[in-house]
Amino acid sequence: MVFRIALIGTGAVGRGILEAMSRKELGLVLTGVADSRSGMISPEGISPSSLLERKKKTGLCGETGISADDVVKKAPYDVLVEVSPTDASTGEPATGYIRTALSRKCHVVTSNKGPVALHYHELKQEADKAGVLFRFEATVAGAIPILHTLHESLGGNEVRALYGVLNGTCNYILTRMAEEGLSYKQALDEARALGYAEADPTYDVKGIDAAIKLVILANTVWNRRISLDDIDITGIDLLTEEAIRLAEEQDATIRLIGEIIPEKNLFRLSPRIIPRHHPLVVHGSLNAIILRTDLAGDLVFSGKGAGSLETASAVLGDILSIRDRYAGGN
Amino acid sequence: MQVSMKLEIRDTPGQLVAALMPISDVGGNIKTVIHEHDFSSDKGSLGVEVVIEIPKERLSALLNLFKERGITVIRFGEERMHYQQSVILIGHLIHTNLGDTVDRIDKTGFAEVTKMSLAMPAIQERSSAKCTIKALSREHMDKAIEILRDVSKQKEILMIEPLEF
Repeated sequence: MVFRIALIGTGAVGRGILEAMSRKELGLVLTGVADSRSGMISPEGISPSSLLERKKKTGLCGETGISADDVVKKAPYDVLVEVSPTDASTGEPATGYIRTALSRKCHVVTSNKGPVALHYHELKQEADKAGVLFRFEATVAGAIPILHTLHESLGGNEVRALYGVLNGTCNYILTRMAEEGLSYKQALDEARALGYAEADPTYDVKGIDAAIKLVILANTVWNRRISLDDIDITGIDLLTEEAIRLAEEQDATIRLIGEIIPEKNLFRLSPRIIPRHHPLVVHGSLNAIILRTDLAGDLVFSGKGAGSLETASAVLGDILSIRDRYAGGN
Repeated sequence: MQVSMKLEIRDTPGQLVAALMPISDVGGNIKTVIHEHDFSSDKGSLGVEVVIEIPKERLSALLNLFKERGITVIRFGEERMHYQQSVILIGHLIHTNLGDTVDRIDKTGFAEVTKMSLAMPAIQERSSAKCTIKALSREHMDKAIEILRDVSKQKEILMIEPLEF
């Protein structure tokens, strides 16, 4: 049986999904696609590879007369795959698309942090009411299946603490400062040159991106109702190379660590002194997470926190698990 | 002078007060008392760690009083700060009175800054310092770190804490 998806967003994540779909037989049919300027609806299915080609050549994924709104409202699909860029302050237009899809009783999978961080509880309620699923594995730690693990695999556990390296850009900068003796500014410039950091790196280096992930974890795993204002946030932008040298004197280094200890109501993101061989000390743009649980003990995860195919992997995992649950598997 | 001692008292009501009385009797000032509930002894006794401020010449009078009242002094004046942590401070540390920053910890009586490495790259630029703090217990360490966190906030210093598991 066919399982139909509509894709909103053809940036890095969207391209990764299309690439995976064209490379592999995933049993998914793409019936709608839209970017910020164009769209396409085709109930018979759109070829992911020719779509990638067209986007590369023309910069558009479809016709300019068709908007993302049209695709969300009119295309026939089972799952809306919303992978447009995050707007952390309003969550729009993604939240509107998600609401529309849910009202059409369609499942939603997103990699967009805005809607989940700002409106998780309402969206979850709307999904429950419609009898569909709302999944967002890709919003936290990219390819690492941390939400699935927390929501499903560790079901019988009490998760007492979570510690995580949740921003690859910051981790890259701190790694380079430690390993190459670069200053903060030099490491940031290098991260920019390599495309790890945006032209305006504020969102990453001031800790906002990682803190949003803590909000998502707190609200979806521990059922809190917190926002960015409830996280104690310190970024890495005021770190000095001397501080890293001082940490090294005691065989330690500095990493930006997100910390959730539900029992203490502690939600914090800050640079921390950490032993150099600690499992959270991962290199380059990697992410890492440690969970402290009552039954399973300590669990360590590490992997790519961003990247086109890596994030697509998390999105596809969500889509296929919905398909297997609702379509009886292929 | 400031001294620390560990006393052994009987595990019966009123014994803690009885043990602390002689200190004020000789004009000593009690700075901290840690009552060790998990002190294991077959004799039904408890350990109490005290830090006191006392004029040097009255110390022997105090020890005599303890003896008279059947209170055993297990340890006296040794290294008492068992818990150690290092934090890194970044900011205009000298201009925001580093002496005062350190003093805020030292004057608690339950924690002190025992070591400091300072790196000052250039005039006008922010300096970085690693402070090693020792404290009587984990709880006291947490309190000391909290004080330092407040001071850092006031003085616009970035404090980097260790990740404690």
